[in-house]
Amino acid sequence: MSAGKVEEKLFQNRYVIDAGHPHIRIVDQARCQSGCRQPCLVCCPAGCYTLDGSEVVLITDGCLECGTCRVVCLARNLEWEYPRGGYGIQFKFG
Amino acid sequence: MAETFDAIVVGAGPAGNAAAYTLARAGLAVLQIERGEAPGAKNVQGAILYADALERLIPDFREEAPLERHIIEQRMWVMDDESHIGTHFRSNDFSRPPHNRYTIIRAKFDKWFSKKVQEAGALVICETTVTGLLRDGAGKVIGVQTDRADGAVYAEVVVIADGVNSLLARKAGFRSELAPKDVALAVKEIHFMPKELVESRFNVQQGQGVVIEMMGKITQGMMGTGFLYTNTDSISIGVGVMLSDLMEQRLTPYELLEHTKAHPSVRPLLEGGEMKEYAAHLIPEGGFRAIPRVWGDGWLIAGDSGMFVNAVHREGSNLAMTTGRMAAETIIDLARAGAPMDAEHLAAYRRRLDDCFVIKDMKKYKDLPDIFHANNQFFTTYPELVNGAARTMLTVDGVDKRSKEKEIFACFRERRSLFGLLGDAFKLWRAFR
Repeated sequence: MSAGKVEEKLFQNRYVIDAGHPHIRIVDQARCQSGCRQPCLVCCPAGCYTLDGSEVVLITDGCLECGTCRVVCLARNLEWEYPRGGYGIQFKFG
Repeated sequence: MAETFDAIVVGAGPAGNAAAYTLARAGLAVLQIERGEAPGAKNVQGAILYADALERLIPDFREEAPLERHIIEQRMWVMDDESHIGTHFRSNDFSRPPHNRYTIIRAKFDKWFSKKVQEAGALVICETTVTGLLRDGAGKVIGVQTDRADGAVYAEVVVIADGVNSLLARKAGFRSELAPKDVALAVKEIHFMPKELVESRFNVQQGQGVVIEMMGKITQGMMGTGFLYTNTDSISIGVGVMLSDLMEQRLTPYELLEHTKAHPSVRPLLEGGEMKEYAAHLIPEGGFRAIPRVWGDGWLIAGDSGMFVNAVHREGSNLAMTTGRMAAETIIDLARAGAPMDAEHLAAYRRRLDDCFVIKDMKKYKDLPDIFHANNQFFTTYPELVNGAARTMLTVDGVDKRSKEKEIFACFRERRSLFGLLGDAFKLWRAFR
């Protein structure tokens, strides 16, 4: 496996995707753009946060539900809930 | 679902299971709510199980719990980029039953633990997320709101064991948001290989296992540690760093894990394994000072939700089981005495914790997190210096030994200065004593 290919890691995991109901939401993109160093891009262990141009894009499908993004978002710019019961990552081994 | 229980336990990790098991065994009507498909589906740990905390709940757990290997050898590695220097402790004592600690795979173990909880008489419902606490006009917690239709359930007392993020405690204002300096992110993979290979590679016999704890350059200058645990036919490999350090640099957690796996001391141990899962989890490592108030009117907090982790000794699940059990014992005492589940009476929980190893140990190391945060030489400079010293002394190249000693001492003085060295020694002595 090549270094840093997070997709290949996530591919091994089992998810029950709650299509159309992302459990984390960026509240206000403008706050991401106003001087924030955007630690979410680096810290998320599932690589859920990427840049599209200068916009921070969040796709929660590979989320490991660890909570890192919420803690490092010092601007408190995330609405962060757990997925609905039975959805999201289902660890086979944990 | 408009039913009333004696107690509701939120979460089916070690804290929630210990609480629900203890409550149910005492004959209380217990509802336990878990958001995963099955108990364990959302839980992540290294994972080492310390026998003592579980033994106090289920004395004969060894006969039926899904345990991987009992640990007979502990290796501690201090690493630079190319080398490691360290200690091994291996004892035949650890091979004699009853064994003191085991590697476990949490998804399997938690399912078993939950079965014991159900056999004890608790009602366990999965695939249900608790979205908030229900409170009466005076603010007393009287139940929980779930994401099911008609999802309100009521109880005399709620044990909050929903894990490190504890959305419940935060939404209710019982706890503040985690600070990046109080929490570590650990990422890990599990690699499967034949059990004979595990045994020959780690020099152990059937059922025996090895743990390796790693510190130094393995965390790329960040405060943290790496670990490698042997399971029956797999190896857990992981690395954890403080979020306050992670957010200040540009390396992702999965790149950090790849660096750990590629270290020349680690890579041969994983050779031939097949990676089957990648997981991440936060570990509350803020220590004694980060513990919130863990009781109030109609509620108690146990386990990671209450920041009960002894990071120095890599202990967490045993603190979770112990706090869960003590939360339950506090409730049982009050129920039997017919006393109200209010803050005044539930405060007995904190006194129980104060009197046992949980708070005693956490108090002992209360200064350590701050010292490591302020002194990252312990994770960078020293590992390089001690590995360099070993390399110098062990390389036979015609240079006399006294000159080598001088060279080593000069390196230490150059990198840390005499006062720096003495100061560091003092800081560590004060923090560990």
